[in-house]
Order: sequence, then C-alpha cells, then structure tokens
Amino acid sequence: MNHLPLIIKREYLTKVKNKSFIIMTILSPIIMIALISVVAYLSQLNNNKTRVISVLDESGIVKEVFKDSDNTTYHILENMNLDDAKAIVKETSNYGLLHIEKFDDIDVLSKHIKFYSEESPSLTLISSLESKIEKKLTNIKLRQKGVDVEMIKASKININLAQESFEGEKTSKIDSVVKLIFGGLAGYLLFMFIIIYGNMIMRSVIEEKTSRIIEVIISSVKPVQLMLGKIIGTSLAGITQFIIWLILGGVLMTIVSAIFGIDMAQSPQQDMMQQAMENPEVNMQVQDVITAFYHLPIANLIVAFILFFISGYLLYSSLYAAIGAAVDNETDTQQFMLPILMPLILAVYIGIFTVIEDPHGTVSTVFSFIPFTSPVVMLMRIPFGVPLWQQLVSLLLLIGTFMLTVWFAAKIYRVGILMYGKKPSYKELIKWIKY
Amino acid sequence: MNNLLVAHSVSKNFGDFKALNNVSIEVPKGSIFGLLGPNGAGKTTLIRIINQITMPDTGTVHLDGELLNENHIKDIGYLPEERGLYKSMKVGEQALYLAQLKGLSKSEAKTRLKYWFDRLEIGDWWNKKIQELSKGMAQKIQFVVTVLHEPKLLIFDEPFSGFDPINANLIKDEILRLRDNGATIIFSTHRMESVEELCDDIALIHKSNKILDGKLVDVKRQYKTNTYEVGIKTDSNTALHQELSEKFSVSSANFKTLDNELKLNIKLNDSDKPNEFLSYLTTKGEVSHFVELIPSVNDIFIQTVKNN
Repeated sequence: MNHLPLIIKREYLTKVKNKSFIIMTILSPIIMIALISVVAYLSQLNNNKTRVISVLDESGIVKEVFKDSDNTTYHILENMNLDDAKAIVKETSNYGLLHIEKFDDIDVLSKHIKFYSEESPSLTLISSLESKIEKKLTNIKLRQKGVDVEMIKASKININLAQESFEGEKTSKIDSVVKLIFGGLAGYLLFMFIIIYGNMIMRSVIEEKTSRIIEVIISSVKPVQLMLGKIIGTSLAGITQFIIWLILGGVLMTIVSAIFGIDMAQSPQQDMMQQAMENPEVNMQVQDVITAFYHLPIANLIVAFILFFISGYLLYSSLYAAIGAAVDNETDTQQFMLPILMPLILAVYIGIFTVIEDPHGTVSTVFSFIPFTSPVVMLMRIPFGVPLWQQLVSLLLLIGTFMLTVWFAAKIYRVGILMYGKKPSYKELIKWIKY
Repeated sequence: MNNLLVAHSVSKNFGDFKALNNVSIEVPKGSIFGLLGPNGAGKTTLIRIINQITMPDTGTVHLDGELLNENHIKDIGYLPEERGLYKSMKVGEQALYLAQLKGLSKSEAKTRLKYWFDRLEIGDWWNKKIQELSKGMAQKIQFVVTVLHEPKLLIFDEPFSGFDPINANLIKDEILRLRDNGATIIFSTHRMESVEELCDDIALIHKSNKILDGKLVDVKRQYKTNTYEVGIKTDSNTALHQELSEKFSVSSANFKTLDNELKLNIKLNDSDKPNEFLSYLTTKGEVSHFVELIPSVNDIFIQTVKNN
C-alpha cells in the first residue's frame, strides 16, 4: 500500500497549522521590513544634515574649488588669523575648519594644510577634501612647469577591454558581477533552506520518537516511506513559508514606503550611483547590467537550480532525518551536526572566495564535483557558463550519493527509531547498518 | 487450518546479540495466546517480526496459511508496549490518520470511530488535543485505533498498563468480546493473574529460546505434582503426621480453618490414586479439606525460568 501522499499531507498540515510556524511566517518579514526601514530612515536622516565647513585659505589659490553641494556648505573666511577663525567656527558650531597656509612653493604648501574639528571627521569627508585640493595643486604645479592642462585632458584615453569568448559570446566586467550575484544568491538560498528545514525535519523525527508513536506508525508503514514523507511534507511547508515571506515582504515594503515616504532604495551607496549616473561613462554601465542579465544562461540556470537544489536538499535532509532517528532528544544531536555543517559551510566559503577569484579554476571545479559541496558551488559557478558535461557529471554524482545517503539514512532511521535510552556512538551507527 | 499464525524456527541476531533462537509458535484461530517471558527475553522482537517491523534472519512466519507479506498489514492490529500519540494533534484527526494508514477509507474510518467513541463514552474528546488528555484517556484512544480496522490478529503488549481498575476491566471485557467475535489475540504481559484469567494457550520465551508452550490446561497438567492440600481432625495430630511422613513426602500447609486440624501438603507417589488416598484418610479422622494443588502460571513461570 502506498501511504506516501497521506504521510506528506499530515506532515505538511501539522507543520503549517503549528502556531510557532504561523507566527514565524508572519512575523519574520514584518521584523525584517521594520529593521530595514529604521536603517534606511536613519541613514536618510544622516544624509540630509548639511555640514558647514569653514575654509581659511591664506594662499588664496585653492578656495575656488570649494563649491557647495547637497550636504556640504563651504564658508570662506578672509582677512583673519587662525585663532580668530577657530573662535568663529566654534561659536557658529560649524563642522570644522580647513586651514591652508601661505607658501610660494607648492610642495611646501601642500605639507601645511590642516583640518580642525570638534569630533574626528568622517573618512569620506576627508578624502573628498583631499582629492579636491590635490587636483587643484597638481594643476597649478603643471602650469608652473609650463604644461598645458587642457592638452593633458584632451589626450586622455579611456580603455574598456571588450571581452569575447572564442564562441563569440560577449562578456564584460559588469557581466561577472551580475553572474556573481545570481550564483551567490542561488547558493546561499540552498544553504539557508537546508539549515532551516533540515533542522525542522530532525525535530519532527525526534518528536515521533519521544511521543512513542513511532512503533504504531511503522507497524503500518515502511520506515523509508515515513522518512521520505516527512522530508517532502516538511519541504513543501518550507516552500510555502518562503513564498509567503516573499509576497508579504513585497507588500509590506510597498506599504511602508508609501506611508512613510521612505525611499528604500535611497541608501548612501545608491546615492553615489546616482551621482555617477550623470557621468555618461557610468550610464553605459547601467545598460551593461541589463544586457549582462540577458547574457546569463537563463534556461540553464533555472533547470540547474531546480535539479541541484532538490538533490542537494534531499541529500542533506535525509542525513538530518537519520540524526533525528539516532538520538533521543535535541541536545544529543550536537556531535552529529558538525560533520553535516562542515561541508556546507566549506561550500559557501569556496563559493564566495574561490568562485569570485576564478570560477573555472581547479579548486572551484573540483568542489563543484564533490557531492556534498557540489550543489552550492555548482549553483554559484553556473552563471559563468559551465560546460554541459561537467554539469551532468556533477549532477549524476550528486544523485548517486543522494540515493546512497537515503539508503544509509533509512537503515539508521529504521533501527534508530526503535532505540531508546542510549546515546549512540559512530561505531554503533555503523553496526546498525548491518542489522 | 486451525492455526491463524505459525512462526517456524525464527532466529534474529542484532550484531553479536542473539535476540531469538529458533523460536516456533502456533497460535490457534479464535484463541487468546499468552506470550510470556522475563524482560529482554525476545518477546518484543518476535512481535516486531510478526508486524514486519523487523525481518527475521532465518525462519518463516505464516498468517492464515500465507507467507507473511505487505498485504497482511491491514490484517494485524498492534498495540505496542512503548506507545504514544502525536501530542499536538487533535484526537479525531489523529485517529482518522492512523486508521487510514491501516487501509480504511476516510468515511469508513469516521463511521467506525463514531461507533467506538460512543461505545467507550469518549465521543466529546474528538476535538481535544492529546496533550490535554490524561495517560489513561490516551490509552483508550490507542486501544480504539488498534482494533478499528477489525483485523484477524490483534497483538496487545501490556494492554492494561496505565489503566485504573475500572477501565482495565472495561478493556478486558472488550478483548474477550473481540475474541468471541472471531479475532485471534496475542497477549504479552507480566501480569500473571490476567494470563490465568484470559489465555487459552501460552508460550514462554527465556533468553531468546522458547522453553515452554501449549494449551494452558495442558501445561498445568504437565506441571502438577500430584500434591494435595489436606486438612484432617484427629485425636493425635502428631501420630498421623508421623504415619503420613513415612509413606509420602509431606510438608506443612497453611490455610484458614475453624478448628485445630492437621494441615499438610501431601505429594502422592506415582502409583497412588487420589480416591484411594482419600478413603484411607477418612479412616484416620474427619477430613475437612481436600484440594488438589494446581500450579499457578506464576509458579510455572518462576520455576521454568529458574530451571533454565
């Protein structure tokens, strides 16, 4: 008799109807959105504050470069000494005072520029001031040496290497970034999914053991069927939760930004992007991002994502189920968790450090074949274009290992669910397989 | 075909540990079969093999003449000793789920559950969660779930544990009624008085081996020692005691009587007939008490286990 659908249904419904599951499903996106809103609001507040900086330029050759911008206003002081200037700045509680001494030699002058302030100034402010002064002084020095600055500007050449594979596929630096984001997202999603829902499966197996219902159930159902039903039912509940999170998150995001007028996209980084967009060179890059997106092997990505995600997830969740069967309570799971988490974490690190460096290098290629790391690493590599044979071999290896682990987990599960009262060692687990 | 279940030289090892060694049992149709043995003897292993939870290493099990297979799952109802229910599930939902796993359709399961819940007067528990119920209440539900699909073979492992005397009696009556309706029952327990009361046949397993089996009456007949408990009023108790001791093996007995009788347990010699012995006694005095000592299951259990 095939009871699998019945078991899946029960596992799914009990998970979904569980109070803490419902609360987590609803609360998580609310908390996330609330946190993002607070951060966005605060950084907006920070950005909107305009800073007034006083400039005392005794040399008189630099001051013209200080032009007011959105959040910085320059107040040029004249005809006074440093002490008076300091007093004025303190009195008017300006952000700081930039002092440039007078020297004829530009090299000497460049060493006598100081910034005074109450608090230590932000790094971005200092570097922006530095670059302004640097540019001006360099130009002055060039002119002193009889070089035509306009000529230098005119003769400047910009190189942006066009990349193309031998098959005629065009790529660019932007392409790589887009690929990295997609691969990283897919790999990380799998990682999170395994940890959250693998644990849930484990707890549900332990619950069946501690409530002692297990023997009643397996007198009607094969243990393997029960295990698979549990894994599938819990995964479906997980997918439901993920989808609700996405929808709820999207809706809340829209509502919050509409009501409070907080532009979520208005982070400082994006501010910089916007400024840069006025620059035609960067504007082209935005178009590149869009074309890069179309350059992605989308069909391959989707199919591979589904296949690697499912087999990778099943591989790990059957191990979680086996652990749940081997122990009596959650505290005993620790010793078995490490060997599961190690390859997972390794995979994510390899994904982040090695795939970025060289997506087709030895390390990333090897680890995208090893079954326990391959789902994460391969998902990260695929946007960069992995030959089909490599994907197939890796997938076959993964499926083979997955079937082996399910068999192995089912053995442990079958024996473990009826064992009470002792904390098993690895040696004992091996013995169980022979029963 | 008089036996519903026949296990033939079943052996099972767990690693180096021999859990069952060539155990054979025959359970007659429509009987209550007591599966007895000390803790860790291998009873649960045998029961799990019958339920196809574990597979035997060697040996066969036949149910109703057929080699045990997947289709028999619905023919067996099993109430394990280690039992429980999903704590956070509602009583009704849970009972329906377990009944469906045994192959009942949802509507059929519902009708039968209604009948049983009304019968045991637990109808208003349907929407309660198990964690709100007491242990005894949960046990009642487990009992219902075990028998709901009307299996040919019912296996009860310590069915009375957790019940108060009133409910234990209720369950005992239900078990007898199920037997009368044609079910065959395997009954495993340490409570010898309920074995005495319920079982038609028994098998005793000790240290992975079956050391005794058969009809309860036959076993008792086999274990009786031709010993009689005698109370007799005489003029001189000591003289008769002396005389009897010379002819038979005699020990003092202890039972309540009204007068100051001579009370003895007397083991007859194999050639002696009880009737002749009684008439011999009547010549010695007034016999007030004459009972054959039939060994209790408890005595048989302890004696056989000790001897092995």
